[in-house]
Amino acid sequence: MPLSALGFIRHNVRVSKVASTTLRDSLSVSLTVGAYGVAFGAAAVANGFTVLQSCLLSLLTFSGASQFAVIGVLGAGGSAISGIATASLLGVRNALYGVIMAPRLKVSGLTRVVAAQITIDESTAVALGQESRGIDAMRKGFWYTGIGVFVFWNLFTLAGALGAQAMGDIRAFGLDSAVPAAFLGLVWPRLTGKFERILAVSCALFAIAMTPILPAGLPIIATAFIAIVIGLKR
Amino acid sequence: MNAFWIATIGTSVIAFGLKYSGHSVPERWLSHPKIQRINALIPIALLSALVAVQSFSEKSQLMIDQRLVGVSVAMIALFLKAPFPVVVLSAAVSSAAVYRWL
Repeated sequence: MPLSALGFIRHNVRVSKVASTTLRDSLSVSLTVGAYGVAFGAAAVANGFTVLQSCLLSLLTFSGASQFAVIGVLGAGGSAISGIATASLLGVRNALYGVIMAPRLKVSGLTRVVAAQITIDESTAVALGQESRGIDAMRKGFWYTGIGVFVFWNLFTLAGALGAQAMGDIRAFGLDSAVPAAFLGLVWPRLTGKFERILAVSCALFAIAMTPILPAGLPIIATAFIAIVIGLKR
Repeated sequence: MNAFWIATIGTSVIAFGLKYSGHSVPERWLSHPKIQRINALIPIALLSALVAVQSFSEKSQLMIDQRLVGVSVAMIALFLKAPFPVVVLSAAVSSAAVYRWL
């Protein structure tokens, strides 16, 4: 067998291994996070939203934290404006993710519209988690995870909304721990040096300290500004 | 149109607007080394904050519950270089066990 053919096979074996690892990461995140849609659908209906409104929020807003925020505020008797404002503050995070993803995806037109809609915590995190495997794996991670979460999140929202309270307690299945564990698994490979580890621990402690003081979601956004300030100074 | 419809449509329109605006920033704005550096640091900051908030809070209240066990088990799995699904599943199983039996 000529050497070039051997190289070609090796290359393809490596590529398919990369693709399957990326697909595995994407699918586990999609299923875990998507299943959380049950909780959202049930909570939305319990807070006075119709099944149609609950499903529209998952289809159109498609950002878990923002969705939980808006149903929480309205369910507690808040106005539409304060609900929209709280949800939108949480959505600023996705704009930051768009800034990170755009130069890596390089898409335009309708593809960019679709990419924007699936630019969320999970798709960005999985994409960045594939960084060491190359740009192709990053793009695959983004699309697989974004579309995967979108499909499962919407299906589970419908199921949760229809089943509402009857669906039971997500904590009994450990879903409440699976989501932070997934985020931990995604940030872990990025903590390559002492500086990155100190930044991670500082941001975690800062977010915890600010949680009782700031409105929900703001402690998370605030850490992005910590990163910006540190990045500007170094 | 009642408050629930206004909230549903308003939230959705702004959410997409924010997402799309992030994708529409000119690329040359991002070529500066400091911007690149910030781009690398932001995910570390946000993901770490998300781990912390989703592990130790319920709305605006801090609390320690079965999630501490789940996330600790996930961290041990990561130290042992376990693959991603094992990390997530071990967190879910240990957390569910603590929740059911305590």
